[in-house]
Amino acid sequence: MPVLTFREALNQAMTEEMERDDRVFLMGEEVAQYDGAYKVSQGMLKKFGPSRIIDTPISEGGFAGIGIGAAMVGLRPIVEFMTFSFSLVAIDQIVNNAANMRYMSGGQFAVPIVFRGSSGMAGCLAATHSHRLEAWYAQIPGLTVVLPGTPADAKGLLKSAIRSDDPVVFIEHEVLYHEKGEVPEGEHVVPIGKADIKREGSDVTLITYSRSLKATLAAAEKLAEEGIDAEVVDIRTIRPLDLDTLLTSIGKTHRGVIVEEDWPYCGLGAGIADRITQAAFDELDAPIRRVAAKDAPIPYNRTLEASMLPSVDRVVAAVKDVMYV
Amino acid sequence: MITEQVQTEAKPVVNKTQALVWLRQMMLIRRFEERAEMLYQKGGKIGGFFHQYSGQEPVAVASIGVLREDDYVITAYRDHGHALARGMTARAGMAELLGKVTGCSKGKGGSMHFFDAEKGFLGGHAIVGSHIALAAGVAFASKYRGEDRVCICYMGDGAINQGSVHETLNMAALWKLPVIYVVENNLYAMGTSLARSSSVLDLTVRCAVPYGIPGHQINGNDVELMARTTREAANRARAGEGPTFIEAQTYRYKGHSISDPGKYRQKEELDEAIRHDPILVYENILKERGWIDQEAIDRMREGVKEEIEESIEFAEASEQPPLEALYEDITVAPFIPQE
Repeated sequence: MPVLTFREALNQAMTEEMERDDRVFLMGEEVAQYDGAYKVSQGMLKKFGPSRIIDTPISEGGFAGIGIGAAMVGLRPIVEFMTFSFSLVAIDQIVNNAANMRYMSGGQFAVPIVFRGSSGMAGCLAATHSHRLEAWYAQIPGLTVVLPGTPADAKGLLKSAIRSDDPVVFIEHEVLYHEKGEVPEGEHVVPIGKADIKREGSDVTLITYSRSLKATLAAAEKLAEEGIDAEVVDIRTIRPLDLDTLLTSIGKTHRGVIVEEDWPYCGLGAGIADRITQAAFDELDAPIRRVAAKDAPIPYNRTLEASMLPSVDRVVAAVKDVMYV
Repeated sequence: MITEQVQTEAKPVVNKTQALVWLRQMMLIRRFEERAEMLYQKGGKIGGFFHQYSGQEPVAVASIGVLREDDYVITAYRDHGHALARGMTARAGMAELLGKVTGCSKGKGGSMHFFDAEKGFLGGHAIVGSHIALAAGVAFASKYRGEDRVCICYMGDGAINQGSVHETLNMAALWKLPVIYVVENNLYAMGTSLARSSSVLDLTVRCAVPYGIPGHQINGNDVELMARTTREAANRARAGEGPTFIEAQTYRYKGHSISDPGKYRQKEELDEAIRHDPILVYENILKERGWIDQEAIDRMREGVKEEIEESIEFAEASEQPPLEALYEDITVAPFIPQE
């Protein structure tokens, strides 16, 4: 199986879908002549030309809205935010227009659009450029929210997102772009709304996504050395959540820890813990614990920033807590 | 106040048949708004925010009236007039106001969110300035496909103070998108007059000149001037020459919404506008041309009244949406509530 970087996998997904469907186009800042701020769209201008790979001015609200309008009448835009931190400037378009359009129109209009781009704490970017907004978007009925953690999932899920008839918020993690992994050849489509068990185990369920998957898998290995067999579930799609897979795993392990880079209060983990608790309280032998970012703005200083992240040590400590060891 | 313009075109812009259609549409919108407001105030059959279009009818009727059936129309929350001008039935509009399942948005949108996909009517949008970019996107799609369909987009004078409007005007001009922006300048953004909110009173200076877009400041209540200006803009758009900006000066008779008594403006100003009521003005123009007489006008008005009364009966007799409708039409894919 070929080994690709995360960014190459995303590029392949977009390229294949654009070859398959001429309604698909890519729009955003520096996506064309510059070949992408993070080189995700490298070579695509050359392949598809300026009518389908479109550089925009720095006007996120404007071009997000242009994408939505184009989607309302049948095109299938991919709108790239250089980082999802900048989607805050366009959040009116995403929430009020993309998410609500079908409902407000009584089902007359669909918005088949993908908003994609990098996000997260990527190293010394400080408070404005390190946002993790998945919990914000996941709260909105009408949006689909996807955060892949591996190159294979990045490709397969982006292809599904582009084929979706609904608006998809597809959040990549900046530090994952150079990560390598095996990606199946040929038609590789990963369904939206399905979690993936990245490591099987029987003692505790570790629930995670995106960049935190790496620390979580490393923690699971460390725990194995101490005789604790952790199952790692990569939820991949945040909305709709694959609750069935989580409940099956919890039904086996009776213990859960949620690992996320999001802030703790009103964060994604809070919502997931609530849903598991409501559905399977009797299965739990301990309260669900959460390992999230610290409740502070993201600092510039490297050491301070590292202290924000869910680390292997923090995951191991949380697991021991729910194991009562 | 409204720019003084010659009210009667030396040469008619349209033929008799079209002119009579426009006159009737203006009457229909006026009556629709009057009766809907009564339903709102008596019996509480209509809820939420409700923005009346009375006084501004020529802007929607004459501009939509020169477009093709396959063009697109999108507007802000004061949307009943544009929907009716585009051919939405009074039934579908009235039923929506009553929240019924037979409404144009199945009772999910209400007054501010009228939609009619079949007529190319893309809403009713209630966040000020938010739909300006959607219009450019619709025009983008037309150009992307190599079609010559245009999109006309209406907004109020308050909208031009939103940043996304200027982002979009720049991109629409940069990419020569086939879109026509019409600002319906009724002088007030809710209770804030233009003079208190805009650094420059000529809106073409703010929205057209900076982007190299042709701008026209016209009396939007002059039916045929509105029609001619829009037709020129549409021709330009179809020829690939890009967007046009029209400041259509007009006046709303009612407050911003039903709850607004309009205390921020002088009674004389309103009286003056009503003296030049655009429907009466157009009736007189058509009478002068010998295209209609008073008897026919009275018959037309009676017919409109009957149509609106029938739409109210239809709306009242229609079903409420079932409770299951809460989860319907959220996504195209089966929707899974995250509860």
